[in-house]
Amino acid sequence: MPLDQNADPLVSIRGLTRIFDVSKPLLNRIVERLPKRLLTAVSDVSFDVPERTTYALVGESGSGKSTIGKMVVGLLNPSEGEVEIEGINLASETDPDKIEQVRSDIQMIFQDPYASLNPRWRVRDIITEPVRIRGGETDGLAEKLLEQVGLSAVDAIKFPHEFSGGQRQRICVARALASEPKLIVADEPTSALDVSVQAQVLNLMSDLKDEFGLTYILISHDLTVVRHMADRIGVLYLGRLVEEASPDALFTDPKHPYTQMLIEAAPRMDGFGREIVPPEGEIPDPISPPPGCAYHPRCPIAVERCSQERPQLEWKGQSRVACFLAE
Amino acid sequence: MTDKTSDLPQPAAVQRPSRFKELWEADLVYNLRRSPVALVSLIVTLILILAAVLAPLIAPTNPFDPASLNLMNGFSPPGVPNAFTGETFLMGTDDQGRDVFSTILYGMRISLFVGVSAVIFAMVLGITLGLIAGYVGGWIETIIMRIADVQLTFPSILVAMLITGVAKGFTPPAYRDEVAIFVLILAIGLSDWVQFARVVRGATLVEKNKEYVQAARLIGRSGGGIMLRHILPNVLSPVLVIATISLALAIIAEATLSFLGVGAPPTQPSLGTLIRIGQGFLFSGEWWILFFPAVTLLGLALAVNLLGDWLRDALNPRLR
Amino acid sequence: MTTPVLSVRNLTVEIPTRAGLLKPVDGISYDIAAGEILGVVGESGAGKSMTGNAVIGLLDRPARIASGEIHVNGRRIDRLSRKELRRSRGKEIGMIFQDPLTSLNPLLTIGDQLTETISEHLDVSDGEAKARAIHALEEVGIPAARDRIDAYPHQFSGGMRQRVVIALALCAEPSLVIADEPTTALDVSVQAQITALLKRLCRERGMAVMLVTHDMGVIAETADRVAVMYAGRLAELGPVRDVITAPMHPYTDGLMQATPDASEGATRLRQIPGAMPRLGSLPPGCAFNPRCPYTQDRCCQDPPPTRDVTDGRAACWFPLTEHAAIPA
Repeated sequence: MPLDQNADPLVSIRGLTRIFDVSKPLLNRIVERLPKRLLTAVSDVSFDVPERTTYALVGESGSGKSTIGKMVVGLLNPSEGEVEIEGINLASETDPDKIEQVRSDIQMIFQDPYASLNPRWRVRDIITEPVRIRGGETDGLAEKLLEQVGLSAVDAIKFPHEFSGGQRQRICVARALASEPKLIVADEPTSALDVSVQAQVLNLMSDLKDEFGLTYILISHDLTVVRHMADRIGVLYLGRLVEEASPDALFTDPKHPYTQMLIEAAPRMDGFGREIVPPEGEIPDPISPPPGCAYHPRCPIAVERCSQERPQLEWKGQSRVACFLAE
Repeated sequence: MTDKTSDLPQPAAVQRPSRFKELWEADLVYNLRRSPVALVSLIVTLILILAAVLAPLIAPTNPFDPASLNLMNGFSPPGVPNAFTGETFLMGTDDQGRDVFSTILYGMRISLFVGVSAVIFAMVLGITLGLIAGYVGGWIETIIMRIADVQLTFPSILVAMLITGVAKGFTPPAYRDEVAIFVLILAIGLSDWVQFARVVRGATLVEKNKEYVQAARLIGRSGGGIMLRHILPNVLSPVLVIATISLALAIIAEATLSFLGVGAPPTQPSLGTLIRIGQGFLFSGEWWILFFPAVTLLGLALAVNLLGDWLRDALNPRLR
Repeated sequence: MTTPVLSVRNLTVEIPTRAGLLKPVDGISYDIAAGEILGVVGESGAGKSMTGNAVIGLLDRPARIASGEIHVNGRRIDRLSRKELRRSRGKEIGMIFQDPLTSLNPLLTIGDQLTETISEHLDVSDGEAKARAIHALEEVGIPAARDRIDAYPHQFSGGMRQRVVIALALCAEPSLVIADEPTTALDVSVQAQITALLKRLCRERGMAVMLVTHDMGVIAETADRVAVMYAGRLAELGPVRDVITAPMHPYTDGLMQATPDASEGATRLRQIPGAMPRLGSLPPGCAFNPRCPYTQDRCCQDPPPTRDVTDGRAACWFPLTEHAAIPA
């Protein structure tokens, strides 16, 4: 697969697969004579993220987008395939210095700003933890970062409960910046926030990207949010990439029927009284996905072949699409 | 808009209230002020603890100093001058002429010391095992929690008696009295760690999936560091509640063991030992030798227990 | 003029706390006519859910209705006893909650839950109740309703479960339905199905629907009129097209600008500075004044009157249409 259009991506993901064992405990399984139940959350996902760009992973529940994020930062190990960051594979690398180097280059911003800050710690300790743990210098660091994310230096001595959701998410951003990372994986960073605050956090993230030369992997269920941030968007369905394109291409000319459905179904501010034909069906059980193309039972244009053979992700112009019928 | 500092201009630094005012207004204290039962229990508990700690200063006599005892004072009823010596004792005296009030004060010292030490011991053990079981999981968790399950099937007083009995078998008779107190602490503590472990494990399972723990893992903190620095402070409030209620139970357990004769030795009588001694005189009319230690035990256990109940409600966000 | 199905007048909800009296809902008035969907929109803490709960009498203590009147079909219901209220809830008012998993009893089959509700509110035989239950399920688009009526809630997918919740809310044929974030927990594709269903049922049955949500897009596509709430007060009320295309309250305007829109490219989002004030520390005057780009002295002194916020009016001293030329 000719993925290497840009010679030296920061993140390179090849054939990434993650299978979870969701069986009942061993004893129950033996007594009830149940087979092992395996859930393939992510299946054969490959993409590149060039430096200083934003790559967005979009999908509904069960699409595996968060699992990919966790594998990129190393919170989960892949079942198959590899994640290379700056040419180093964290799962197989043995040189501790290199591992340490890559680790300090990756940070993550989580979805729930109420659960992602330790409620018993002061903001200063939260922000400087990534630096302290590596024995770095932390004098005045928290104050500087707080001001960079639009809070004030005196907030460093406060506790998380004294802040609103949006302010907490800013603290999370400050913590992510503390170790001067190159890559930040943001898992639904604004979906727990109100609209007006969401705009603040998204704008902050794009400012910091320019200022620090950051690379983002942005995970979201909301195509419209992603459109404002991403340089490239990957659409996931049941653990597989079904389409990957630039935002403009994706919105003006979506090639995969699933992408078309997502864009059509998203509520629009100018859609007064819009009567859309509601999409068919729901996302299937990921433990036993449909054969062939996983979307075929819901697809309005599916043909016989779709239920027998799985379409591969292939280049169509500047996009990659996994559909037999895509133009 | 190009400004990044888009939050509200902070209002001019407000004067922080004084340390005392802050404490007075704190949720827990506010809650306490509005709960008369809890307030009374707290005062009773504090008075009893203070009385026990200051026993040598408060007690009219030292009941363990043979020189100060006068057998002639034996069996003095409370508040009535002794027929032979003319001395009056607030709560009467026992068969050997010891002032019951003084023995209670000294006995409470032993009871509280054993109770508090046993709870601390159980707490440290339970928290450690609970944290490890919850955070590490796998077969380590299975082993720890199965041991806990098995122990729960025995009445804890039986476990304590078993441990006391085994320990006595291993100690030379000459040292038995000296180590008896520590055996007691060990016995009660070992029979009590399970509930700490269970609660801490449950809370750990909740906390470990929160994103702040993932963030700490991400920056490479070790498992021990995460357990100690991140999870432990967040699971302490239920532990505090159990510790308080456990204290009441431990005091009663100690009294029970001593009453059965396997606890505190007669040379260091606890409230339980005093009740055992007093019980022998109940039917011969010297009721006070039993009555006052028993009432003290009741008051102490009840006050601590009510305090624990209140603490549980006050710390439970769902009930507020 | 015909009587509106729901008529709320100067509704105020109070919560006494240590720090003083909080008013999560403060002097709100609106009507919903038969066959109309009123969208109630606002950010978290704006009091939108509390308004819905006050209408059906499901306020958790110590919150209480302090003043105001609630009329359903011309009958005043905020003074009813618990028993009377329970009867009218379900029969006159149906409720759809955000989380379909917790609004169904996991231990009862959906058929039991439906027939129980039907027999409680309508005077019908058991057989008739079951027939109605099946009909209700068919109406919300559950395939093979006759077979699935004996299934338990966990045997349904999220979207199907929300359909069951809707069937449950509608089976006693209420004239008013309060839907509190009915699609927030659902995926985009299922959300589109559920909003389409709500719209169809509202039209076919002539129900009045109060749709509480934070999503402006859902409001735009579903509601006929919209009420924008901020810090417990009504900011603006009007026909959905007017409010969205020509908002009068600066907060509504900011909300529109901050919502990412699929039809625009990678532009920078307009943001409203700051966050909604906590109820315990509302600024004097208009609650929005610290975040408003057009604040003048008067806004910081007197609260704009919310009493006469009716269609096409905003609770603002300087509504936007009157000074639309001021650049942001």
